[in-house]
Amino acid sequence: MRKVNRVFTALVFIFLYIPMIVLAVASFNKGTDIAVFSGFTFDQYKELFRDKHLLSLLGNSVIIAVLSSLVATVMGTAAALGIHSMRGRLRSAVMTMTNIPMTNPEIVTGVSMALLFAFVGILLRTNAVLGFWTLLIAHITFNLPYVILNVMPKLSQMDPDLTEAALDLGCTPVQAFFKVVLHEIMPGILSGALMAFTMSLDDFVISYFVTGSGFVTLPVEIYSYTKKPIQPKVYAMFTLIFITILLLMVVMNLMQARDKTKRKKAHGLQKEVGR
Amino acid sequence: MKNKSKWLSGPYVLWMVLFTLIPLGVVLYYALTDSVTGEFTLSNLANFANYWPIFLRSIWLSIFATLICLLIGYPVAYYIAHCKPALQRLLQMLIMLPMCISFLLRTLAWVALLEDTGIINNFLTSIGLSALPLIRNNGAVILGMVYNYLPYMILPLYTVIMKIDHRLVEAAQDLGCNSRQVFAKVTLPLSVPGIVSGITMVFVPAVSTFYISQKLGSPGTILIGDVIESQFKAAYNPNLGAALSLVLMVLIFVCVGIMNHFTDSDDEESMVTL
Amino acid sequence: MSQELIRLTNLVMEFDGERILDSINLYINDKEFLTLLGPSGCGKTTTLRVIGGFLTPTSGDVLFDGKRINDVPAYQRKINTVFQRYALFPHLDVYDNIAFGLRIAKLSEAEIDERVTEMLEIVSLKGFENRKVTSLSGGQQQRVAIARALVNRPKVLLLDEPLGALDLRLRKDMQNELKRIQQAMGITFIYVTHDQEEALTMSDTIVVMDKGKIQQIGKPEDIYNEPKNAFVADFIGESNILDGVMLEDYKVKFFGRVFSCVDKGFAPNEPVDVVIRPEDIDIVSADEGHLCGTVTSVTFKGVHYDTIVDFKGFKWLIQTTDFCPEGSHIGIRLNPEDIHIMHKSEYSGMFGDYSSYSAEYDEIADAEVTEDEE
Repeated sequence: MRKVNRVFTALVFIFLYIPMIVLAVASFNKGTDIAVFSGFTFDQYKELFRDKHLLSLLGNSVIIAVLSSLVATVMGTAAALGIHSMRGRLRSAVMTMTNIPMTNPEIVTGVSMALLFAFVGILLRTNAVLGFWTLLIAHITFNLPYVILNVMPKLSQMDPDLTEAALDLGCTPVQAFFKVVLHEIMPGILSGALMAFTMSLDDFVISYFVTGSGFVTLPVEIYSYTKKPIQPKVYAMFTLIFITILLLMVVMNLMQARDKTKRKKAHGLQKEVGR
Repeated sequence: MKNKSKWLSGPYVLWMVLFTLIPLGVVLYYALTDSVTGEFTLSNLANFANYWPIFLRSIWLSIFATLICLLIGYPVAYYIAHCKPALQRLLQMLIMLPMCISFLLRTLAWVALLEDTGIINNFLTSIGLSALPLIRNNGAVILGMVYNYLPYMILPLYTVIMKIDHRLVEAAQDLGCNSRQVFAKVTLPLSVPGIVSGITMVFVPAVSTFYISQKLGSPGTILIGDVIESQFKAAYNPNLGAALSLVLMVLIFVCVGIMNHFTDSDDEESMVTL
Repeated sequence: MSQELIRLTNLVMEFDGERILDSINLYINDKEFLTLLGPSGCGKTTTLRVIGGFLTPTSGDVLFDGKRINDVPAYQRKINTVFQRYALFPHLDVYDNIAFGLRIAKLSEAEIDERVTEMLEIVSLKGFENRKVTSLSGGQQQRVAIARALVNRPKVLLLDEPLGALDLRLRKDMQNELKRIQQAMGITFIYVTHDQEEALTMSDTIVVMDKGKIQQIGKPEDIYNEPKNAFVADFIGESNILDGVMLEDYKVKFFGRVFSCVDKGFAPNEPVDVVIRPEDIDIVSADEGHLCGTVTSVTFKGVHYDTIVDFKGFKWLIQTTDFCPEGSHIGIRLNPEDIHIMHKSEYSGMFGDYSSYSAEYDEIADAEVTEDEE
């Protein structure tokens, strides 16, 4: 049974990675037709690095991802601390609000923000509302829940006495946060920030609705390729992005592994009582 | 002390009111006003009846895709959850990795694979078989949905199955269950929260997608997402688009509400699974 | 003789309309070892947290050295706490944990080093400076927690069930150790526990609490020998509690018989609770006893037998080194000083009957109080 399942799982993994393989192979293809491999070349990569436009779009995506995940991480961590100290109805109200962007389909979120900005545009009598700022606001908005939902569990796992112990030893509440609490919830903050960053980098649907012609991100540009044939150097770019994220994940994985074995060791030692 | 720190959520709450709640209010406003005169009207919402067949198709295709995801995802999640911890982390990472690559490009890769003169059909003709109609039909759209959202099914399932206390399995065995009974009476019931959140996480984006159907479907298989998108980007009737979005949102919140009813867990953090 | 350091006046604490502390009045002397003793949910931890500054009382005052400190935040109080689960900072090693408070106070590194080293010696943890706190045993973590609090030279140390997580043997060692440290450093300890034996062993003063109220304050001997009501009598040690009538000073009637006792000051014919400690009862032959009964169960407890004797339907617990087999007919004698009289209280009739005695009564009582209290 387990063997059957192993084969099945392997097949599913192959299924998940087929498109990635297609893209990676296409990035080394001499021809422009993705379906026909007509010879190996690095040309697409050279092309890519010569293409200022494509690189600047990638730059736009990264700028938005960095800024939005940064703001969302700070605001979201503060919010998580606040929510953690709430009880009862207030807490469930705030959590419900946090879950709205998580449950709502992206297209509805995108549409609702587009309409808000359009509405503001009418109020301000301007047509040029959509652009960098609307994009940033939208990304911060959908990033916030990811940060909060990653930090909250760390806060509830934390021994509540730790904060009190710090206060007891003379820390002001602010000192207690930076000297103690922050260390405890750091893994949650980091994974929240990383998730926000990747979500933001890869977001198409919401960006598509709130972006103007002035400031375009990479996914939105790729969408516009619906009309014209896609340039193979885009495959090269995504192969590189794929490798970068792979490395990032490996590093994070190693960090987590270290953290876990450390904790396990500590737990094991705690069990044996005596001196 | 505690009473003060709740104010730390202040900026966040303000932000969410401004950019989540108020926008939904604006959607409501647009949905209930006429696109030309700007006066109150129910015609946008009434217009929804014309799109009912498209709604139904969206729902059916995504229910189909969700079920396939569940059938594929459960054995995979089960398998991963029973691996050694190091392998578990690796496999979990491999599940997440494709999600980090632009789903547009991955969908385009599928187009390249399924196209009439695509990779698969090229291969078939090269070995002397005839080409198959793989693209621009419901099957291709479902495939695109399954491919894109399968990780959203596997990860919550994995998280829940992994957390099932192994002693419960042993207890069931001790009480005379064979391995099939252990699965049916212990493992499966305990993974219901994961199943529910997996279904939600697949169904919601699937039912509202517009890119997948554009690239893998045909004009005959457009989904409600395509209609909404075209109201904003092509036809430019935001009022109708808002009305359709509103209906879609209500539909989804009702579905999610019903789904959550199956799990009486009030675990507010259960949404996080990645 | 010693000076008053902390005073709680009419302290009331309410959470969501529920009264956790009900007008607590208490003063604590300098250099005193005071124990707040009571079952889970009695309000002892809440009292401690009010003193520590982690809770603001709903009404009433907390005075420190005669000054009202209700609004002084925890970090400005000259009070330190040893937490129930130690609350050591997992990201710091032993040395840095102990030095934490001193660094916050911005002492020079030289002085910090001197004081931490001294403290490590006091808690016998020399050589553990650079160990991760998570790699220490429970007892060692306990010592670090104590050192981390004491190194700041507080006027008062608050200890919240500090030995609760240790096994029995280690707990006994640490009791002696804590008492030694308290005397050596000469500071006030306020100690919270549900373990009556711990309280009796270590304290100068015991405050028995239940349902948010103080039931009795006194020296360990007084609390044990002169319990004020049925709750205290039952919570501190084992007690047989009977209905009686105080006929006049030094004369009490129960089980239809008049006994002489050492208590006075009751109204004539006042109904009272009579407490008889199980170890004070002498077993004699049936014809010599003040009362006669039948043994219904005997349990060997090591140093003594727990013998349950049925006197006219009311079952007593007698702790004796003499073995009386089940079913045997015995008599008992009571000396005047073995009989203790209490006023009737809300607790009358709730405790002190061993009809439902089970040999595991200790464990049951323990299981009840180990639940987390909040």
